[in-house]
Amino acid sequence: MKDVAFGQYYPADSFVHRLDPRLKLLFLIAFITAIFLADNFYGLAACALVLFAVILASRVPFGKVLRAVRGILFLVIFTAVIQVLFNHGDEVYWGGPAVYWEWKIFAVTQEGIVLAIFLVLRLALLVMCSSMLTYTTTPVALTDGIESLLTPLKWLHIPVHVLALVMNMALSLIPVLTGETERIMNAQKARGADFETGSIFHRIKAIVPILIPLLVSSIDRAEELGNAMDSRCYRGDIKRTKYKKLRFGWRDLIGFLLGAALVTGVVLLRVYPVGFLGSFL
Amino acid sequence: MRAIEFRDVSFSYGEEGEAEPQIGGFRLNHLNFAVEEGEFVAVLGHNGSGKSTLARLSNRLLEADSGEIEVFGTLLTKKTVYEIRKQIGIVFQNPDNQTVASIVEDDVAFGAENIGLPREEIGERIAFALKAVGMEAYRNATISRLSGGQKQRIAIAGVLALKPRIMILDESTAMLDPRGRREIIDVVERLNREEKITVILITHFMEEALRADRAIVMNRGEIVMQDTPAGIFARHEELLTYNLTLPRIGMIVKGLNAGGIPVSDTLDIEKLAGEIAECVS
Repeated sequence: MKDVAFGQYYPADSFVHRLDPRLKLLFLIAFITAIFLADNFYGLAACALVLFAVILASRVPFGKVLRAVRGILFLVIFTAVIQVLFNHGDEVYWGGPAVYWEWKIFAVTQEGIVLAIFLVLRLALLVMCSSMLTYTTTPVALTDGIESLLTPLKWLHIPVHVLALVMNMALSLIPVLTGETERIMNAQKARGADFETGSIFHRIKAIVPILIPLLVSSIDRAEELGNAMDSRCYRGDIKRTKYKKLRFGWRDLIGFLLGAALVTGVVLLRVYPVGFLGSFL
Repeated sequence: MRAIEFRDVSFSYGEEGEAEPQIGGFRLNHLNFAVEEGEFVAVLGHNGSGKSTLARLSNRLLEADSGEIEVFGTLLTKKTVYEIRKQIGIVFQNPDNQTVASIVEDDVAFGAENIGLPREEIGERIAFALKAVGMEAYRNATISRLSGGQKQRIAIAGVLALKPRIMILDESTAMLDPRGRREIIDVVERLNREEKITVILITHFMEEALRADRAIVMNRGEIVMQDTPAGIFARHEELLTYNLTLPRIGMIVKGLNAGGIPVSDTLDIEKLAGEIAECVS
């Protein structure tokens, strides 16, 4: 529960932290696109290299970024196992037979192993780059960025400001609600509740007495929060100003060029495959 | 000058037109009281005495059924409510339910942004507010990592950024540990003394009322006592009927007297210590 990595800002004063959040959002989209476009290890290596440079520049400890992957560890292992067990391809990448073992629908092949490694790397890169965004961008800056990028929707009378504020508050409430869930679980455990053993059905049923108090307390919380916001003169975006104005500076230009170079590079690698691993997809 | 005045204010929760409030219902009966500018007033009362309703009526989070409320000579109406909310800052009970952002300075800026101040001034006000609560070193800190007392001081700073002339603390110390409580009361006392902010401190901790200029005791929606803290605590038999006790020092004096050690009925710790020392020698 304590390892909820999403939305946790890692305060530091670095090049990456100071980038315009809009740029970081667009960069993330470009990066994700690049990861999905990359169909060989060179493409992924290029992405990994850029990500590594970004992590170094951001001064976020490497272990912290890796911890984000731990959150989806189950998914990663599951994907890898499925790939290794069910891939029947006969591609040969190194000496030895293409198929090591086969039984009914199961098979362990060279192609399966390579593909599993590829997918694991791809997933890890995805999660790591997404977590870099939240590590280096305060939620307020992030929602400001989203609000700014979604400005065109205002012309369609979509309340972009309210959406951004709601998102912002949701992010700041994550640690609060995590703590609350833990308290409720402890209270239930103290009275003999058991969340860890029994059938899946039994365990799902055990969650109900956690969810209901959590829901009730969240509603109370929302009311108090509304009161506190009203008291601090909140009235939507009527006459509202912003303390933090987004500005596109020289750093952002460098970031932009870097992102553009990455996407172009990966596309080029896809069109002109290089090396012995280039053709496996 | 009158900071705030309640004239014949009545209010009830629950069904309208009922003679007696139902369970969970509640009523304030023809309340009359005034607080002068610069005063430090404590409002004491047991759960359900109506003391929190008082705070919510004062800036129209709740609307009175009848009667008038005046703030610095301006009648509280639907039209003047936003002007009056700038003058009255309310700090609520649970610090977690008052933060709208995850980073300290973003949260403190919220109120100032709402009233449309220019950027530079918001920056100055954040600096002023954080200094006033002794949290200037935490400007870029993550709120969820702060202690309860620190979080509540940030909530006070968020209110101070609006430069209110009246500050109402609605049981703002109830969820804190003794140390956090002391932090808050120290800050509030200093704001009252140095910034000349009128303070209305709503609490059920008798100790906290000791530092006030005047104390008001509420019971079942009515003001039942109004005096200096010393005057109120001298009437302990009467306090007991409202389910209120004496502050610890009052209990000690009472205990000593009952045990045959003659000390004067004082709320001054130094004086009491001196008298006890005399008795012992």
